[in-house]
Amino acid sequence: MAASMSRFLLCVIVTASLALLSGPCMAQSQMAMAPDFSRADMAGTAVHLSDYRGKLVLLNFWASWCGPCRDEMPLFSRWQRQYGARGLQVIGVSMDDDAASARKFLKQHPVSYPVVMGDAKLGESFGGVLGLPATYLIDADGRIVARFEGEIDLKNVGARIQMLLSHMTR
Amino acid sequence: MKTYSHRIALISPLLAVLFWGSAFAQTRPAASIPSAALIQPAELATALTDASAAKPLILQVGFRKLYDQAHIPGAQYAGPARDAEGLRALRQRVAKLPKAAAIVIYCGCCPWSHCPNIAPAYYALHALGFRNLKVLYIADNFGTNWVDKGYPTTRS
Repeated sequence: MAASMSRFLLCVIVTASLALLSGPCMAQSQMAMAPDFSRADMAGTAVHLSDYRGKLVLLNFWASWCGPCRDEMPLFSRWQRQYGARGLQVIGVSMDDDAASARKFLKQHPVSYPVVMGDAKLGESFGGVLGLPATYLIDADGRIVARFEGEIDLKNVGARIQMLLSHMTR
Repeated sequence: MKTYSHRIALISPLLAVLFWGSAFAQTRPAASIPSAALIQPAELATALTDASAAKPLILQVGFRKLYDQAHIPGAQYAGPARDAEGLRALRQRVAKLPKAAAIVIYCGCCPWSHCPNIAPAYYALHALGFRNLKVLYIADNFGTNWVDKGYPTTRS
């Protein structure tokens, strides 16, 4: 009885914390399954989103000419190194009109996570990527738990990632 | 020889001004566009739905993948004005238009203060003599400030 009450309280606390940290980006009731995709990354390795079930995925749509995107990427690289062992996987999706621009940028500014090329179809499957940057958090079950448009609030999102990761490892 | 040097001396400042002007236009922020040249999304949306209102030529000067997902009905893709190739395509698109033509340009790729396309496009068209030129003010991005507002939208 005491154990089930503890679990219930834990669930309430986690849910309330997630709701508080989620901000205006997405209500819990709006969580939808992330559409699967398979694309080759810049090294030619296939990236299947569904292969990352069991991990917390930070999916970031960006472009080499997008200032706020460029500002965020070093942090995403750091998060990948910092939280990768705990289950975070960052995936970048370049919305550059040509792959050469993305490759050139990544050669000058390497990141610690895979990057694939996106297109209108992929953007539409995520509800429309109608501005950059756009970032999604996808939980271990493949549900979109947050969507951030524009430059993210680093403190808020960092706290949310830590919360989701700690929830996963329980 | 003297004449040749004299010509170079005359032409060099002109070339420098043109080069500097072009480079300057590409680095000017969206905030430098005069407020009188801006049109708000609600105003344009109203004009588009008014059957009696004359329709301007609408050009999207952002990235192709945004245009392909959603754009203003009737808008044509002109190419990203942040680079020389995009500006060339934009100039080519308007080359045969009368200078009095009503033109609206927009981007919406990212927040207004970070948009790399809209100011170069505005200054390029302004330099060509277009005076009936409006710039759609998109504060955050095309999704937030146009599509989510329920304004007319179509896709390729």
